[in-house]
Amino acid sequence: MYRYDEFDRRFLEERTAQYRDQVRRRLIGQLSEEEFRPLRLRNGLYLQLHAYMYRIAIPYGTLSPAQLRMLAHIARKYDKGYGHFTTRQNMQFNWIKLDETPDIMADLASVEMHSIQTSGNCIRNTTSDPFAGVTADEIEDPRPWCEIIRQWSTLHPEFSWLPRKFKIAVSASEKDRAAVHIHDIGLYIVKNDAGEVGFQVLVGGGLGRTPIMGKVLREFLPKKDLLSYLEAALRIYNEYGRRDNIYKARIKILVQALGIDKMREEVEAEWAQMDHTPLDLSDQTIAAIYEHFAPPAYPAPDAQGEATLATAIAADAKFARWVKHNTHPHKQPGYAIATVSLKPLGKPPGDITAEQLDLLAELSERYGFGEVRVTHEQNVVFPDIPRGALPVFYAEIAAAGMGTANIGLASDIIACPGLDYCSLANARSIPVAEKLGEHLAAREEEIGPMKIKISGCINACGHHHVGHIGILGVDKNGEEFYQITVGGSADEQSAVGTIVGRAVPSDEVNSAVDKLLDVYVKHRSDGEDLPATYRRIGAEPFKEAVYGAR
Amino acid sequence: MNAETPHQAVTGNRLRDGVPIYYAGNGSWSPSIADAVVAPDGGILLVEAAKGPLPLEAVGPYVIDVTVTDGVIGPIGVKETIRAFGPTA
Amino acid sequence: MVLVKGRAVVQDSWQHLEDGDPLPASGPVTISWARWTAERDMISRAPAELGIRIPNTVTTAEIGAEAAKFGLIAVHFPNFSDGRAFSQARVLRDRYGFTGEIRATGGVLRDQLLFMQRCGIDAFEMPERALEENWLAAFDEFDVFYQPAEDNRPWVARQRLGRN
Repeated sequence: MYRYDEFDRRFLEERTAQYRDQVRRRLIGQLSEEEFRPLRLRNGLYLQLHAYMYRIAIPYGTLSPAQLRMLAHIARKYDKGYGHFTTRQNMQFNWIKLDETPDIMADLASVEMHSIQTSGNCIRNTTSDPFAGVTADEIEDPRPWCEIIRQWSTLHPEFSWLPRKFKIAVSASEKDRAAVHIHDIGLYIVKNDAGEVGFQVLVGGGLGRTPIMGKVLREFLPKKDLLSYLEAALRIYNEYGRRDNIYKARIKILVQALGIDKMREEVEAEWAQMDHTPLDLSDQTIAAIYEHFAPPAYPAPDAQGEATLATAIAADAKFARWVKHNTHPHKQPGYAIATVSLKPLGKPPGDITAEQLDLLAELSERYGFGEVRVTHEQNVVFPDIPRGALPVFYAEIAAAGMGTANIGLASDIIACPGLDYCSLANARSIPVAEKLGEHLAAREEEIGPMKIKISGCINACGHHHVGHIGILGVDKNGEEFYQITVGGSADEQSAVGTIVGRAVPSDEVNSAVDKLLDVYVKHRSDGEDLPATYRRIGAEPFKEAVYGAR
Repeated sequence: MNAETPHQAVTGNRLRDGVPIYYAGNGSWSPSIADAVVAPDGGILLVEAAKGPLPLEAVGPYVIDVTVTDGVIGPIGVKETIRAFGPTA
Repeated sequence: MVLVKGRAVVQDSWQHLEDGDPLPASGPVTISWARWTAERDMISRAPAELGIRIPNTVTTAEIGAEAAKFGLIAVHFPNFSDGRAFSQARVLRDRYGFTGEIRATGGVLRDQLLFMQRCGIDAFEMPERALEENWLAAFDEFDVFYQPAEDNRPWVARQRLGRN
């Protein structure tokens, strides 16, 4: 993973000093809240229902043991002993005090972490595939490109006051595990006919009030042109994005208004006129970043490893189930990719305690190569576990409440913090997620792969639009109601779900979801996930099941 | 007061730590809704609450409707209930 | 209002004409973009040194094509969150090679000054409190930069190459 050099460290020192002074000026009344708010947002600090919420950047989801331990330390010292992983691979703490944030920032800097640009109308955390670097189905590791984008976008002087937030994701696999289509700029690493590796560039994806999938801006962009091309696209957005209405200010609205062809024309024209030389990525620069992501020298796996694993699978049905759902083939023989579930039944999805964070740090040192990845589905991937070590690894995480064998199943629910924490929310999401997960656990094996996503408001931080089943909290006359969608998908077959009918009260959510699942199970052809069945049979059978024939 | 008189109070978040606070009169704020000053016109309270030396203790103060039952002040709605008494999850 | 050019508080040597004001025999004077587009030919023939005040909705191509006619271009931030003028300034310097003064007007936050300067803005209209609150210190808050801009400062990728 990327290791800081003296430039990166000095930069964080300077940023922390700047922020410390901004907080000082706020607390003595020299800065009004109106002036301070955009500054604190650009350092990841929100004011929520109960306290300040602090959003820490986890670049492309990757964490070292020292960083995991620091997050545990922050949870203990400055919060109530736990944190929450988000749908953009970041971490949030809910109980933060403003006057302590400069110290938290300094603590983060000591382990090469920060909270820069995790909020505000600027370029946010660039996210990626949690299996990057270890899966056989990628063209190359997308993370060096995320790191190149991260550095270029950090305190970019021209693009720090955009019409609205700007989110970039990079994927290198045909199976999109980074939800590239729902980003302002999505980058697929691809090969052209000549066998050269470059990027397919998508633009204008996003959720919220107007969920739209990204469209192809450029079929093939050579590697060296990545940053100059992004500058051209950002400049068109900075100049022409709407500033009159925050609900119409994302680049997706601009693309919709111009049409993708005109948008492409504008970006290409801007790019053609730019002097690229300063931003051209030299082979040397690219190689230097790649070095940080060189794969570990995988020791030959223990000869007994497969036997150990097989014995454990045969002896323990729970462990067998965990291997089946929570592990994924590794490109290196003898190794596995293991996903630790942070969706225990009846608990808030994506939350993790300080003790659990410390345990993950220790496990990543003992069984991995000192690296984990947070996923946008709020779980944690251990990319390099020797297969023979899976039984002992599982025993440790299970003892700590992280052994739920539900990755990709119905109880692996994605949910935003909702009205329990968030001042933007219309309804609570966590209690709905907890009850639904517990309710569905008994039949989730039968259901198979199922992505249920819950948002507490239309800002869609829970990505409900792209859930196989999506649940959106709405406010109807001061009461919490839930609107249900079906058929959404965040992968390479990206689609926005269809609303099934009028919103239901929280005590009807479980039965409504049951009926949708019944329709899916009844109608599915072999191996179809729900979106595929939905595409084939349409919305009517689902609507009828919940709301009756019309 | 008759039963039709509205009951309003003023709330905001404490600058230093973001804790929800309620205007308690005489320029003071309390984290307990029980201490809130209640009036028929919250707008007047808001003006009074927003006075004072900078920085104001409360960030983003706004008016809320409350119930008063046997002298006990209660929040109205899920959001204000959660603000007053904490998250449900 | 104080005017800062570079790092120093200066007197404003420019006279800012309202649209109906007659053009003086000598300047320097600034006129609005609206007046320029309406009376371009006539104003071009005027002897006074010209500057122009542009709204942030003017495209960089429009102003760029004529930038050489002006000794001063005043860009505008209608409120601090509207960052279009960062792009205007940058393109004026980079693509159109504008070497005159680019002045920031409107809603300017202390913590945007360094970004403005990096984009090629070299003069700033600041509120009076800028002096008491030492806004000029903002220009020195960083010496590490991750991307090239219009300010001739080195950026990290370049520095790393040089170091190797």
